[in-house]
Amino acid sequence: MNAMDNQSIKPSKEQIIYANLLLIGMLAGIIIMTITYTIYLTGILPSHVDMQLISANWGKGVHEYSEITHSPLGWGWIALLGKGDFINFIGFTLLGTLTIFCYLVLVRGYYREKNWIFTIISVLEILVLSLAASGILGSGGH
Amino acid sequence: MFPIGRWLFLLMVVVMSCPAIASATETMVGGAPSKPWWFWPIILFFFCLILGVLAVMAGVGGGVLYVPLVSGFFPFHLDFVRGIGLMVALAGALAAGPGLLRRNLANLSLALPVALIASTFSIIGAMLGLYLSRLNPNLIQACLGGTIVGIAFLLLFSKNTEKPVVTKQDAIGLALGLQGLYWDDGARESVEWKTHRTLLGLFMFILIGLLAGMFGLGAGWANVPVLNLVMGVPLKVSVATSKFLLSITDTSAAWIYLNRGCVIPLIAVPSIVGLMLGSILGVRILAVAKPKFIRYMVISVLLFAGLKALDKGLGLGFLG
Repeated sequence: MNAMDNQSIKPSKEQIIYANLLLIGMLAGIIIMTITYTIYLTGILPSHVDMQLISANWGKGVHEYSEITHSPLGWGWIALLGKGDFINFIGFTLLGTLTIFCYLVLVRGYYREKNWIFTIISVLEILVLSLAASGILGSGGH
Repeated sequence: MFPIGRWLFLLMVVVMSCPAIASATETMVGGAPSKPWWFWPIILFFFCLILGVLAVMAGVGGGVLYVPLVSGFFPFHLDFVRGIGLMVALAGALAAGPGLLRRNLANLSLALPVALIASTFSIIGAMLGLYLSRLNPNLIQACLGGTIVGIAFLLLFSKNTEKPVVTKQDAIGLALGLQGLYWDDGARESVEWKTHRTLLGLFMFILIGLLAGMFGLGAGWANVPVLNLVMGVPLKVSVATSKFLLSITDTSAAWIYLNRGCVIPLIAVPSIVGLMLGSILGVRILAVAKPKFIRYMVISVLLFAGLKALDKGLGLGFLG
């Protein structure tokens, strides 16, 4: 293996930063999910939706379920962070936003390299993921 | 000495089994469920633990097993199963991503353009899936069944190529820089690769994104054959890039389901943690097990689950 090969086999600096961010975020997400789920099950914080009510309705479609349980749509869960069931959304949100943060690192790297194609692709991906996360598309009312 | 990893593992098993400790009472009143609320989350946790082990040994993603099996054998509506299935696939992909990127097996230049297409169309797929589900749940059930049967046959018959021969790179692949070099530990050599039929491959990711979003399946089962057989990417790079790709594709679709309320924490957390712990166990068991037998077993189970979903969706009633 020559020196050039060795250089090409090594991941780029951005790739390493991306990997590190992903690792930290993923571990944090799992730890947070475990803690919040424990809080939820032990009843340290009261639940917004009673567990009996959940199990009685989880066989119904999401539309009907949301109406019966008065569950918020989109980012409405933020208003219910004091409830045991909805603090679990902190972990879900962390897992869901992790890739967006990682892409910000890529944009910076590609912009510095003046790699315009990949700068544009990365910016577009951030827009697509942000649009999906925003709730504009996914949280149509009851 | 007891390693810290084992303590952590045991701790998480205990935490996830907490519903059993909780003093819930069984509700048997008319119209109410026949099982107490904690019954299904516990069963789900252990079921996902086993699913995680099997997924690793069969070489498939967690999502593709989770959706058909949980929708077939658990009392949850398909809307929730698909939403949580995507979270399961996302968590698995996020966990695998760092290692694959550091070893330069997952290729960013290859993943980024493909991810943009797949993630955009997975949003459309998710919205379409939820719309169809509201219109007629049986329709989406039947389509899911058909897709699962198709996946089982794809897993059974597709013959991936370790190092496809690409004589000439096409213009799009060249413009996007879809080529690379990786170190093959087995062969003790560096392997150079480049893509061909790039446009066709990119178009196929439109369909993959739609299916991933619509059924919450993850999409490793489709990513790998397209990258490997259509675009000519070596198998190792295809598998690694596919796994990394899921962390992007599933993120966009998962948000649509999350924002619509399809992720119920009571069943989502045991599913995610169960499958992740199962995957860790699976990697250890892999060294002593016979993966080929497990793979055929998983394909058979998938085929049965697909036929069951098809049967349920079409209202035939052959499989109960």
